[in-house]
Amino acid sequence: MIKNDIYELYQTMERENILLSFKGVVTSDLLTSVLSIMESKMDYMDESPKTKKKVFNVLVECLQNLYHHIDDGAESVDRNIERIEAKSALFMIAKKDDQFVISTGNYIDRESGLELERRLVAINGMDKDELKLYYQEVLNNGNVSDKGTAGLGMIDIARKSGNKLEYQFLPVNDTSSFFCLNIKID
Amino acid sequence: MENLHLEGSAKTPSINFDAAAGKLELKGRSIPENSVEFYKPLNDWIDAYGKAPVAETAVDVKLEYFNTSSSKCILDLFKKLESISGDRTSVIINWYFEEDDEDMEEAGQDYQAIIGLKFNIIEVEEI
Repeated sequence: MIKNDIYELYQTMERENILLSFKGVVTSDLLTSVLSIMESKMDYMDESPKTKKKVFNVLVECLQNLYHHIDDGAESVDRNIERIEAKSALFMIAKKDDQFVISTGNYIDRESGLELERRLVAINGMDKDELKLYYQEVLNNGNVSDKGTAGLGMIDIARKSGNKLEYQFLPVNDTSSFFCLNIKID
Repeated sequence: MENLHLEGSAKTPSINFDAAAGKLELKGRSIPENSVEFYKPLNDWIDAYGKAPVAETAVDVKLEYFNTSSSKCILDLFKKLESISGDRTSVIINWYFEEDDEDMEEAGQDYQAIIGLKFNIIEVEEI
């Protein structure tokens, strides 16, 4: 990367007030480190304990979504995308206009993307009370996968953030998309 | 029977299950990527305890954070406690939350809505 690009990247990150960003393979150890860094960063910020807890909770779910999803998606994502690339993801945590924003990006095969999109549409169509009931229903009736996921992550993110989930599926080729998720926490 | 004692870690809560006192405590944070492995010995212990419980069993849940992978495991743990509750022991869940932490208060209410055990949802200054 030439020097100008680095400066440009720096300026963008400064402008967006990015507290932390990462691009690469998401491992369990990485998550432990990132969560600990974010916790100590927030210790120094003038935020209510309530906001800190919300940000931490939503961050845990977003990052663990990446961790689990990448694990199962990597095999089916198109071969044109290098395997290592399919396994890697991007995430950023920013503080803009009094809001914390958590953004993630990862490859997903188109079929899983469509299924995920259906769930996101359903979640975004619900108000606070409907989300609470839906959460309880999935909690009580849903099955846990081998990986310990229970299909509750997105519902929980929507409940705790108190905002609609902003997302986009960018087609990459015939079989893969790039999934972008943007979560705002008041 | 033996008590169950586990130290807490960055992603798992500390566990103190005391059979003779009928006191079961989970404290700290529960955010492992896969919670099933962590909760299995807890459920096994409750199975064994359920064979000869004391008259009153109190479960203190003092969690600062838990992820959705844990939420299902916590539900299963409560269901297990529900199954041992009856003539030989009455089980009470004390669900603690820090003041202003509405999310944790609501989480307690979610379980209360599903589980047929007595719940005390208790606000404290600090967990």
